[in-house]
Amino acid sequence: MHTTAQRVGASSTTTSISPLLHALHPMMAPVPFTAASQKPAAAGRVAARGLSSASTSAHCVSPTVPATSASSCSNSAPLPRRALRTAFGAAALSRGVACRSAATAAAQSPAAGADVEYEAVIGIECHVQLLTRTKAFCGCASEFGSEPNSNVCPVCLGHPGTLPVLNAEMVTLAVRAGLALGADIAPVSKFDRKQYFYPDLPKGYQISQYDEPICSGGRLEVEVDGVMKSFGIIRAHLEEDAGKIVYAGADRLSGADYSLVDYNRAGVPLLEIVSAPDMRSGRDAAAYGEELRRVLRTCGVTDGNMAEGSMRVDVNVSVMPRGSAVFGTRVEIKNMNSFSNMQKAIDFEIERQVSLLRAGRGSEIVMETRLWDEIKLVTNTMRKKEGLADYRYFPEPDLPPLTVSPDFIANVKASMPELPAAKRARYAGLGLTRGDIAVLCDETATSDFFDAVLGLGAPVRQAANWIQGDIMAYCKESKCGMDGLAITPAALVDMIKLIEDGTISGKIAKDVLPELLQGKGNQGVRAYIESRGMLQISDTGAVEAMIQAVLDANPKQLAEYRGGKTKLQGFFEGQVMKESKGRINPGLMKDILLKKLKGE
Amino acid sequence: MQVGFHSGLRSGSLRGLAFKQARCKHTVVAASAKQSVIREIHEQLTTKKRSAVEVTQQYLDAIAKTDSTVNSYITVDGEQALAQARAVDARIAAGETLGPLAGVPLAIKDNICTAGTRTTAGSQILRDYVPTFDATAVSRLRGAGAVFLGKTNMDEFGMGSSTENSSYQPTRNPWDSERVPGGSSGGSAAAVAAHECAAALGSDTGGSIRQPAHFCGIVGLKPTYGRVSRYGLISYASSLDCIGPMAHTVEDAALLLNSIAGGDTHDATSSGRPAVDYAAGLAPALAAGGSRPLAGKRIGLVSQTLGEGVAPAIDAAVRAAARHLESLGATVEEVSLPTFGQGLPAYYVLALSEASSNLSRYDGVRYGARSPAAADLASLFAGSRAEGLGGEVKRRILMGTYALSAGYYDAYYKRAQQVRTLVQQEMVAALAEGRCDALLSPVAPSAAYRLGEKSSDPLAMYKGDLMTVNVNLAGLPALVLPAGFVPEGGAELPIGLQLVGRAFDEAGLLGLGYAYEQTAGLPAKRAPLAAMT
Repeated sequence: MHTTAQRVGASSTTTSISPLLHALHPMMAPVPFTAASQKPAAAGRVAARGLSSASTSAHCVSPTVPATSASSCSNSAPLPRRALRTAFGAAALSRGVACRSAATAAAQSPAAGADVEYEAVIGIECHVQLLTRTKAFCGCASEFGSEPNSNVCPVCLGHPGTLPVLNAEMVTLAVRAGLALGADIAPVSKFDRKQYFYPDLPKGYQISQYDEPICSGGRLEVEVDGVMKSFGIIRAHLEEDAGKIVYAGADRLSGADYSLVDYNRAGVPLLEIVSAPDMRSGRDAAAYGEELRRVLRTCGVTDGNMAEGSMRVDVNVSVMPRGSAVFGTRVEIKNMNSFSNMQKAIDFEIERQVSLLRAGRGSEIVMETRLWDEIKLVTNTMRKKEGLADYRYFPEPDLPPLTVSPDFIANVKASMPELPAAKRARYAGLGLTRGDIAVLCDETATSDFFDAVLGLGAPVRQAANWIQGDIMAYCKESKCGMDGLAITPAALVDMIKLIEDGTISGKIAKDVLPELLQGKGNQGVRAYIESRGMLQISDTGAVEAMIQAVLDANPKQLAEYRGGKTKLQGFFEGQVMKESKGRINPGLMKDILLKKLKGE
Repeated sequence: MQVGFHSGLRSGSLRGLAFKQARCKHTVVAASAKQSVIREIHEQLTTKKRSAVEVTQQYLDAIAKTDSTVNSYITVDGEQALAQARAVDARIAAGETLGPLAGVPLAIKDNICTAGTRTTAGSQILRDYVPTFDATAVSRLRGAGAVFLGKTNMDEFGMGSSTENSSYQPTRNPWDSERVPGGSSGGSAAAVAAHECAAALGSDTGGSIRQPAHFCGIVGLKPTYGRVSRYGLISYASSLDCIGPMAHTVEDAALLLNSIAGGDTHDATSSGRPAVDYAAGLAPALAAGGSRPLAGKRIGLVSQTLGEGVAPAIDAAVRAAARHLESLGATVEEVSLPTFGQGLPAYYVLALSEASSNLSRYDGVRYGARSPAAADLASLFAGSRAEGLGGEVKRRILMGTYALSAGYYDAYYKRAQQVRTLVQQEMVAALAEGRCDALLSPVAPSAAYRLGEKSSDPLAMYKGDLMTVNVNLAGLPALVLPAGFVPEGGAELPIGLQLVGRAFDEAGLLGLGYAYEQTAGLPAKRAPLAAMT
């Protein structure tokens, strides 16, 4: 949005720019801007890169002045498209290059529940906040939920004279993500400035990576409804987050009295991961997003918290006749705070576009950004991309090129944790079912706990059942992850062994588990259960006495049983169990009860 | 190339260029050799001849007396200066050993951040901006006990070559009040020449230390890019900006460089190469050299910087200096740099592209002047910038924005980067081992021109930077030294010469400059507007 600059200079200086530049040297004369030099690829790339949402000024906000209608400050003049400068990897994102792979992608990826005539093409841009202690280019804490404008300094507030210094931890995490996604790590990459005016962007530009990102290529194998699919990744690049705008008097711009800016988030490190347009349905996209999140969380790259915005997705959706070599007009959707919402938004958008095409109103599908309304379950136009924003990217002169040595990569590689795909293969080797594996591998904390329990010698089946059953339910109820449990893996192993050797019954274990999960048995599970008086009663004499007491108390039923109503065995078992408060050894009890019922 | 220079300068007007070369057997140091002002103050303090407060007060008095005419300073902070001086006096009283800069009153260009002291960069948009932090160069000087008298005038954000683009006041040349001091570090240069400070910090993006040093008859050093941290230097063009010393003598410049040079974790473009003591070796090396202290040195006289387009007096002064360097034992040869003339347009494209980006932060949102008429976001941005930024700044932002725009990037920015590479390669090759130790050239095509003479013709003003910008494109160090005087409309105007050295060889460059300065036998003159001290 350099309209501001144009406006301020709209005096006598405007006329003299071009002649001055030309006069400086004939060699510098501009080349005529021709169709040949205008590669739509580049334009597509620019459009595809809208990070901080409203970067092209559809909103009017200011920290202290009343907001006015959106139209009064929208980009006034369509800008010439930037010509493609170099043949960089991201060009594949654009229409021109990507369309060549459309047919193959479609062939390998049968549309799930899609139309017979039309198929959708979906690409995802995912921004993840990197789990560094400090911000990307200064020493401020990088954390969510602090007092507004408390994690700020002259550097991240863009004060005059300040300079960025790259956070090394950020590079480590990007390399880790790149390795996890099978990407090529560039030995040398560089930073660029993406320029636009917005109150949440302190310097008037975002430090990003334009044509030489740190990671290129890559692939994510994802299981979608039982079918393995492979989705390509085009690139992943480092950049900084913008601040956060808070609207006073309303939850969004429209209707707000004024806006406030919190710069705690300004300068938080981000990795933007751009997928290939390989997905064909909302389900594909959600599965990709979930697996991406899982992989990145496993690697400690991000906490992937979509509600707090540490993982944000923008999706591009277009629809084309099935088998077409050329993609349809692409629409960008934002504002989805979960993968299930993303799936719904995409499916809605596909439906909307297909309906328009069917009705012969395909021209109404335009390049635009739409917002998902999770209440009404529809997408709505946020802004049209008539004149594509010109971000005037150029190399960031304050940062030298980023070099990543083979040694550095080797060190990161050596510290990589087991990735979800490898883990799933390992679990399959243990004989676990696909269902078990999906549940156990969904969260790293779950599989870590499961592995710890297995490592201490617990039988696979029992461990898997307990974790997927009662323990997961407990976590859900108490809203904690499995890493938030106080119980030690050893305590759970002890509990399972006590069941196996008959010291406690499964029923007792179920009852006492919540207490164990709170860590109450960590000093000794057997001792704790014993202290609670819940050990199984396996002493023959005690069992006989208990059974005798029940028979004595129910002479009528005993007579009926002996008269041939043997179904009453269950009644007696229930009574004995009740008397023993569930502690009686069921096998022993059944043996003795049967004998006594028969009067033996 | 048609480069404008002052018509009063005629060929052969060399009366002021009398090189009284004192030739004696063992030393070539001239009787009138310049003495370091900083060393003199240091000696007075350590021998308790004067207190730091007295020294500082003397400069404050000089400012009070002359600066209403010269207008070197935008902000003078006498109280702070005296407080710093008292702290130095306390250290003297406590018997502490003082470093060479302790108690030395300095002026700081107003685009270098000083914690607690207003820093405007010459712009109205920062008229009330008080940084919360010191630039690294400033904090190093503060740590060395230097006293800060105030902040000096400059072309707004460094954009200009005459200091007429200051949004505060035009600074006048202490040698002739009708003339400009040069720019953009015109305030620092005039403050030194007018003896309103012992020495000063300037900044140089395309000649902003060197051209004013030439116009005001002082020493100016543009260090190698990366030698001095840029942290706290308000950016004009990040890949070209350098902080450097402006002083009366080469030794003073070396003493300042000693304090400010060295890597900085706050500036990723600063160099980790260890800095050396740039001052200690100067006098011993000259003394050891006997009558031919520059024996074995090879100096390249850049042929493209002489002849047509250059004032004959300037041409003659540089050639005279070359002869003097030869007399000291150096070999001087003409060197041709075919890409020389292409540096200027490339420089302007790159500098303005970077500037258009660097100045985006002045949006009225977080600090700086905000338009009182702002009614919505667009008018907040546009109004604050329209009101807060001056005409030349807007012109340069517009040109830079244009050069980076879609469809023009390749023709301007990318091409200019390619030219920059060529210019750099050519200069570095000329300075390779076995070729030249330094390149000699004029600093500008003319001596100081009159106020208003070029302010209506931006292109003429830009062309005045022809001889300095290539050094910034190449990132090399360059030293400007007084080289004599030329008579000009009844006044005597100083002129300088430029020596360009190898990357990170400031020591060699200063040694060369010191040998010249101490032996050239230039007349000891004081600028007419300078206060008598």
